Amino acid sequence: MSAPTADVPALLSLRGVNKSFGAVQVLQDVDFDAHAGQVTALVGDNGAGKSTLIKGIAGIYGFDSGDYLFDGEHRTVTSPKQANALGIEVVYQDLALCDNLDIVHNLFLGREITKGGRLDEATMERRAKETLAGLSVRTVKSIRQQVASLSGGQRQTVAIARSVLWNSKVVILDEPTAALGVAQTEQVLKLVRRLADKGLAVVLISHNLNDVFEVADSISVLYLGRCVAQVEATGVTRNQVVELITSGRSGDLGLAAAAALAASPDTANDPTGPLDGVQAS
Amino acid sequence: MSTATSPSAGEQIVEPQLGVGAAVRDYVDRVRGGDVGSLPAVLGLAALTIVFSVLRPETFTNAFNFANLINQASAVIVIAMGLVFVLLLGEIDLSAGFTAGTSGAVMAIVVTRQDRPWPLAVLAGLVTGAVIGACIGLLVARLGIPSFVVTLALFLGLQGVLLKLIGEGGTIPLRDETLLELNNGTLPVALGWVLVAGVVLAYAGVSVRRAQTRHADGLHADALSVVLTKVLVLTVLLAAATVYLSQERSRNPAVTSIKGMPVVVVLLLVLLVLLNFVLGRTSFGRHVYAVGGNAEAARRSGINVQRIRLSCFVIASTMAAVAGLLLASRNNSISPTTGGAETLLYAVGAAVIGGTSLFGGKGKMLDAVLGGLVIAVIINGMGLLNQPSSVVFMVTGLVLLVAASVDALSRKRAAATGRV
Repeated sequence: MSAPTADVPALLSLRGVNKSFGAVQVLQDVDFDAHAGQVTALVGDNGAGKSTLIKGIAGIYGFDSGDYLFDGEHRTVTSPKQANALGIEVVYQDLALCDNLDIVHNLFLGREITKGGRLDEATMERRAKETLAGLSVRTVKSIRQQVASLSGGQRQTVAIARSVLWNSKVVILDEPTAALGVAQTEQVLKLVRRLADKGLAVVLISHNLNDVFEVADSISVLYLGRCVAQVEATGVTRNQVVELITSGRSGDLGLAAAAALAASPDTANDPTGPLDGVQAS
Repeated sequence: MSTATSPSAGEQIVEPQLGVGAAVRDYVDRVRGGDVGSLPAVLGLAALTIVFSVLRPETFTNAFNFANLINQASAVIVIAMGLVFVLLLGEIDLSAGFTAGTSGAVMAIVVTRQDRPWPLAVLAGLVTGAVIGACIGLLVARLGIPSFVVTLALFLGLQGVLLKLIGEGGTIPLRDETLLELNNGTLPVALGWVLVAGVVLAYAGVSVRRAQTRHADGLHADALSVVLTKVLVLTVLLAAATVYLSQERSRNPAVTSIKGMPVVVVLLLVLLVLLNFVLGRTSFGRHVYAVGGNAEAARRSGINVQRIRLSCFVIASTMAAVAGLLLASRNNSISPTTGGAETLLYAVGAAVIGGTSLFGGKGKMLDAVLGGLVIAVIINGMGLLNQPSSVVFMVTGLVLLVAASVDALSRKRAAATGRV
């Protein structure tokens, strides 16, 4: 695993972004970097603003202020189409697959390849095979089997494969292992690692610190709408991350003591909590 | 691709080429897994044919009755073909029967009362159907009213429109020779054979070519033996039917000779091939299945779900209009009951018996044809047994219930074995 270094510019970088819903500020001066070839874990407790941050990146809604830099250039991303055009794909928790269609059909859903008005099944099937082979997916029996017959891990694999089919550069995975068993979690995490090894910038949202420490190169911690730390995974311990998630600081990491106290739920009455709960996808 | 997925980067998923034996085993596996497809319809058709042939050997099996059966079934089959699109979305169109009647009435008015050429009349009928479909589609897709309610309202409303159009006379006669020929006439025997040969050759050519190119591309392909078996079965079935239909079936051949394939078969074939292509080989068709399977997934994939819904209702109603032409042609007239009563339910029954799911996402064009034939055989055979309408209705209702049960049970089974 290579660690993020300051001299390699991040593929996707947010600087000082803010987002409010009415009077409630959900994101406050958040900085976030995702480097090509690395897995960046995004962690934080419920209501910390993870979903809001992801939806902002994906263009579901724009940030109120702050810089959105992609490949070093300033961009305005206010619709999912714009994000897709940049090569940003999101795999949401409910994978949005059609059970009655087979793997190839699902991979190309809405973006079918046609030749003279008819579906070019051969090309789609070949590209589907190449993509799955490129991800070293060997668990599916046939790519012509219906998605309904796949296990949870295999379905996740299909959803992830769909996100990398289109020259994507950034893949955001929302809790990809939340509903999976031990063996399947292992499979998906390996796949996540391979995506990064292929040169993609992978953003992994997870509540499971085991998963995070297994695959992530860097860890970004959100605490009540602020990014309290973006650190190398090798440079922190699990306990430090837990402290960052729960109290916003850990030793010399995270918010300064005064700021942490000011932002703590006891004094600020946790304004972001209930709202983000409503917003959660 | 910048994501660098080259074929050599990992192991390919190897799919073995299957022979006839393996293909049959694969099919049996699928049926046991709950993916029964058209099997109940095919078995039902065979069983009913045997039963009626035994009970009424001289009347049921003769060529006259066979041709008659096709003419009787044609309208139901055509409505069912349109309904497959709507059923695939998990919706229903209860107004299709009276859409057929209304469109037929418009056509009859243009050609009979206004004495205009028949192509104009046919166009007017089809446009009527398309407009009705667009209304249903807009109400369902834009306003979000359940299709059951919208089409139930139109079922009643169109019945009134039909009465209004026909007016005092009670019926509008149809005298145009071309239109009457559509669902009464027969093709010359030779032309029937040319048609069958053309269909078989085209099917064989397309399947063999497809198997070869897929094989050359290193993709899973049916083995040549499987393809040839399918072609052989199709050839035998079509040839047998054509031999049968080429027999003299006039009761008094000296006066008029009736032999050859019914003209309507050509129309049915064209519609079957065309709509099959639309559903199976175009992105529109793929999107119809996607919306029926998971509308939210389809929406997130960038598919315009509303447009798909609207189009399917337009297709269904336009097909109902075609059926209206067939009904008018068959009855030589349009009456206030044309397309009414059991017509729609027979058509829904046909699609479901053929294997189209009422829950959406599953179904094929051929389902409508097979199911339509099952329905026609029941009605025709019961008639020959001199059964009263009461019994025919009860038996048909029972068959529909059985078909719906097969659908529901196979879904349960499919869910248990991980298929849909």
